[in-house]
Amino acid sequence: MIKIENLHKSYPIGKDSLHVLKGIDLHIKEGEFVSIMGSSGSGKSTLLNIVGLLDIHDAGNYYLNGQLIKDLNEKKAAILRNKFLGFVFQSFNLISYKTALENVALPLYYKGINKKERLKVAMDYLDKVGLKDWASHLPNELSGGQKQRVAIARALVTNPKVVLADEPTGALDTTTTDSVMDLLKDINDEGMTVFVITHEEEVANQTKRIVRLRDGVIINDTLTKVAKAL
Amino acid sequence: MKFLFDSDTWQEIYGSIRKNKVRTGITIIGVLWGIFLLVVLLGAARGLENSFNKAFGNFATNSVFVWTQSTDTPFKGFQKGRRFRLNMKDIQVLKSEYADEIKLLAPRNQTMNLIIKDFKSGSFKVSGDFPVLDQIQKKKLIYGRFLNQNDINSSAKVTVISEDMYKQLFEKDKMPIGESIKINNINYKVIGVYEPSNTIDFDGDTAYIPFSTFKKVYNTASNIDWMMITANEGIDIEQMESDVLLTLKNLHKVHPEDERAFGSVNLGKEIAKFTGFLTGMQFLTWFVGIATLIAGVFAIGNILLITVKERTKEIGIRRALGATPKSIRQQIILESVFLTTVAGMIGIILGASVLKIIDTLFGQGVDATLVNPTVNIPIILAAFTTLVILGTLIGLIPAHMATIVKPIEALREE
Repeated sequence: MIKIENLHKSYPIGKDSLHVLKGIDLHIKEGEFVSIMGSSGSGKSTLLNIVGLLDIHDAGNYYLNGQLIKDLNEKKAAILRNKFLGFVFQSFNLISYKTALENVALPLYYKGINKKERLKVAMDYLDKVGLKDWASHLPNELSGGQKQRVAIARALVTNPKVVLADEPTGALDTTTTDSVMDLLKDINDEGMTVFVITHEEEVANQTKRIVRLRDGVIINDTLTKVAKAL
Repeated sequence: MKFLFDSDTWQEIYGSIRKNKVRTGITIIGVLWGIFLLVVLLGAARGLENSFNKAFGNFATNSVFVWTQSTDTPFKGFQKGRRFRLNMKDIQVLKSEYADEIKLLAPRNQTMNLIIKDFKSGSFKVSGDFPVLDQIQKKKLIYGRFLNQNDINSSAKVTVISEDMYKQLFEKDKMPIGESIKINNINYKVIGVYEPSNTIDFDGDTAYIPFSTFKKVYNTASNIDWMMITANEGIDIEQMESDVLLTLKNLHKVHPEDERAFGSVNLGKEIAKFTGFLTGMQFLTWFVGIATLIAGVFAIGNILLITVKERTKEIGIRRALGATPKSIRQQIILESVFLTTVAGMIGIILGASVLKIIDTLFGQGVDATLVNPTVNIPIILAAFTTLVILGTLIGLIPAHMATIVKPIEALREE
């Protein structure tokens, strides 16, 4: 599903450049539940951005769903994001003036699906995350956990190949963290590839595979107890 | 173009406009003010122009008036300070010498007399005139007719009086036509009553009688007091004025350089001053109006630019969800065009309402300062179209800004 070979990325800082990713090799197969662990500055966010086609890599190869990602213009990237990827962010990133239902339906709008169909599908996904009754509420009327569940529904609504979650529980308390992780687990159980970035051990331990990053290189790549238990 | 007719596109725009009321309001006011000012300025300028036109309306504007004074230079054995009079022979000479230039020529004799009707009386101007006067200085008749050639030929004792004279001399509701009034103790039959002119007028309340009758009654022989001349189309009125004066000086043995012997007023010249002023004012109006419009458009651009900055994150989210740069651009441009259009329309409506109020307050009555202040619809449509086009162009800048930002940078904004 995601295949990365010798990936490099550096950012210019003044005259110098900061080498953030120093040759990453990673292969994530369909249906995996992977977490990327690392302290801040380890390059995990950069990796997610490249995987999410929000940023471009300098060297190495990146295959998404078997397709080599190269010389991507914004338009192509937007289409691929819409088709293959679903995003969940730490700060939820819901559009404040749209209701939960409208937020969930938005990716379908960019996919060119008509309104009736859009709202129907969006409602199904809201129902799936247990927020059907909150469909007409604005984001500021929802709790943190509810917002993140809306965001997850939005990530799922286009039926992507991979869900990319950047610190999905970073802004949540322990109880809601667990409910969000349970939701991600359920999704994974249904066959969805889930790719989580976190710095919390408890969160990482609920996934099936942990990839540890330090200073731009992978230092450890292990299966967790959850996976071994299966 | 399909996206234009897509209800979803408009839904998105409606959503973002409705949820950002302050921003929308400010944008609309910026443009609205521009087009509002343009409409009001153009309308007011038109109103002023109309009131000038109305003031000169009933008068042939290419007219010259000529009368005699006294000479200021001795010439051909005459002392200076000599007084002399225009006469019918001058009229014949002018008519034959300037057949091509002169359109109408009205010799006139005037005096003041007591006019009596039964037990009422008043002192009024009495003027001996030819029917041609009606062509130079149009008379609006309430009753009857103006003098005609038959009246001249027969030296008829008939008169045309003003509405005020009629009110002053006649019992209320008494039909004046056919009634006799006494001018200088001679009976005249009233054949017409005219409305007072609400424009420039050199006669005031005057009893017009046939020129030939005046000549007999007041024993003026062939003398005339003064004359009105109008020029044909395309004739240089100032040139004609100086040519006519030179001919008259020659006929009356007046030194060609004599400045005082003849008095003359060139109405064309006087009006040219006003029209020059009007042209200047129109230019100013356009200049100010267009400058305001441009300022308005820049205001939209500015606000949109702020908007885009403010919405960077939202745009980032949308792009992460699969919005293409094109769809983002389309949305921002369409938003700008929509706002400009709505603002423009409100501005036009408000401007037109203000013009209506101006018309009600200042546009009515005889001495109205702004008559019928209106704006040409094609002009407004052109201004409106320009505004929308400029709005689109200026909307391109923030739209472009919105799409060059990498989604990742947009999302990082907190």
